Amino acid sequence: MIKVLIPLTALLLAAGSANAQERPAQAVIDAYIKSTFGKASAEWQARIKPDDSLSVCNVTRNNPSSAQSDEMLKRESARVTYPADGKFLGDWKKGYQVANNGRGGQFSDPAGTVAGGNCFACHQLDPKEVSYGTLGPSLAAYGKDRKYDPETIKDAYTKIYNSMAVVPCSNMPRFGVNKVLDEQQIKDVMAYLFDPESPVNK
Amino acid sequence: MKLPIIGAAALVAVLIVAAGPLTAQSPPQDDSEKEIERYRQMLSDPFSNPGFLAVDRGEVLWAEKRGTKGVSLEGCDLGEGAGKLEGAFAKLPRYFADADKVMDTEQRLLWCMDKLQGLDTKEVVLRRFSGPARASDMEDLVAFIANKSSEMTIQPQLSHPKEKEMAAVGEALFYTRGGVNDFSCATCHAEEGKRIRLQGLPNLSVKGKTAQETMGSWPTYRVSQSALRTMQHRLWDCYRQQRWPVPEYGSEALTALTVFLQKQAEGGEIKVPSIKR
Ligand code: HEC
Ligand code: HEC
Repeated sequence: MIKVLIPLTALLLAAGSANAQERPAQAVIDAYIKSTFGKASAEWQARIKPDDSLSVCNVTRNNPSSAQSDEMLKRESARVTYPADGKFLGDWKKGYQVANNGRGGQFSDPAGTVAGGNCFACHQLDPKEVSYGTLGPSLAAYGKDRKYDPETIKDAYTKIYNSMAVVPCSNMPRFGVNKVLDEQQIKDVMAYLFDPESPVNK
Repeated sequence: MKLPIIGAAALVAVLIVAAGPLTAQSPPQDDSEKEIERYRQMLSDPFSNPGFLAVDRGEVLWAEKRGTKGVSLEGCDLGEGAGKLEGAFAKLPRYFADADKVMDTEQRLLWCMDKLQGLDTKEVVLRRFSGPARASDMEDLVAFIANKSSEMTIQPQLSHPKEKEMAAVGEALFYTRGGVNDFSCATCHAEEGKRIRLQGLPNLSVKGKTAQETMGSWPTYRVSQSALRTMQHRLWDCYRQQRWPVPEYGSEALTALTVFLQKQAEGGEIKVPSIKR
């Protein structure tokens, strides 16, 4: 137990912000989490166990120091798997389904639910769609505005696969890393952003 | 007390229409939000808010002799003294020496049912959230108790060390990310004027008006669910959206979050049961 505590305390001190000082010891917080979620299955428990990057984001409230940011970018970049066939774009029509689907990962979802990317929850995409959220920037005309540039396409794949490989402690889910979306789904949603025929670029 | 049930049915219809397809020309959120606000105001007449049916049912349950000990809950101390209801909800959650624990309204009620009445709380907890053919004693009792603090102000209790710990842990939990989407409460509730799809998201990360109006309006009658809901249900639903596991009803992390949110909402006016989408 003590062994686990020391690195976390070190982290806490490393953060050194006013917020972190008020933060109770991780062991205290963990006891509360156990009381409320302790009966969940091992699979569910694993989902709420923060990895190295999330631990930093939690303690610093998404404001990692520059050293922590560098480390995180390195660690998270290494977790991105690019398509073996070198193709980044799939079918934009299927990509729309991925972007529009907010199911998956909720305890109310029936077993076997196909998860979506829920992009519309946070982003404007097709400018004709009025039901979109604003937690993320507008992605309307995303491909067109970037002239369908191959480097930008690769960067967007990286972003969707692992948002924290681009922005440390990004609020955007890490779709590939957390296995929410598979490679084909990411390619399809990529096409929704980058196909000239996609409504996003019309 | 007679309620215009037809009025409630009409409201449901109107809200469904208001939340329905919107035209591209109109600013999406404003339209439906305004409609809902208009009907909310129409409903400021308490007799047309179905949440008051729950208050009435709760009043009956409070006085009913139940459990192996055959007594009512009237001897239950909600913090202001045995059986004293006025203003008790405004100071909950708080520390209870007899249980040596910080408890919210639901936890305290379950404690009283168990210790005072000898009631089978397992069965009560199974019915924690009401459904089409399932009444919830907890929702009804909380509606009744909370209503006794209506028009009073939210007074978070933070003098006992355990209350202080609760507030600090609640704040940390608010920023704790996890689940397959790496979400925390702060992902959705830490910025001004944001929305997810068309739903406006209150910024609960700062003290003040938004937090006050939010916390001062629970328990509430949820028109979309045709049910009175308490903060326990709201947090259960938010943890669901957060892609976390099912939170245990009346457990420590939920109470800690509630203490933190009450702290953010300090001084806000309680007007309950309210009515919401
Ligand atoms: C919980 C909200 C959320 C969801 C869901 C979400 N994003 Fe994001 N996204 C963000 C935020 C916040 C940013 C900006 C900060 C950042 O870059 O990390 C962002 C940034 C982006 C960017 C970079 C924009 C730029 O600056 O060039 C792309 C591309 C993107 N998102 C695509 C997607 C796609 C595709 C999906 C669905 C598969 C998606 N996002 C789902 C929140 C979200
Ligand atoms: C994925 C986004 C998301 C996350 C994560 C989330 N919420 Fe929510 N929350 C919502 C939505 C959507 C609503 C409903 C807004 C509406 O109905 O207008 C809401 C409503 C609420 C309300 C009631 C607001 C009101 O006006 O009555 C409270 C309180 C609340 N959330 C607290 C929390 C807490 C505490 C957490 C962390 C355990 C949390 N939320 C996590 C999306 C979220």
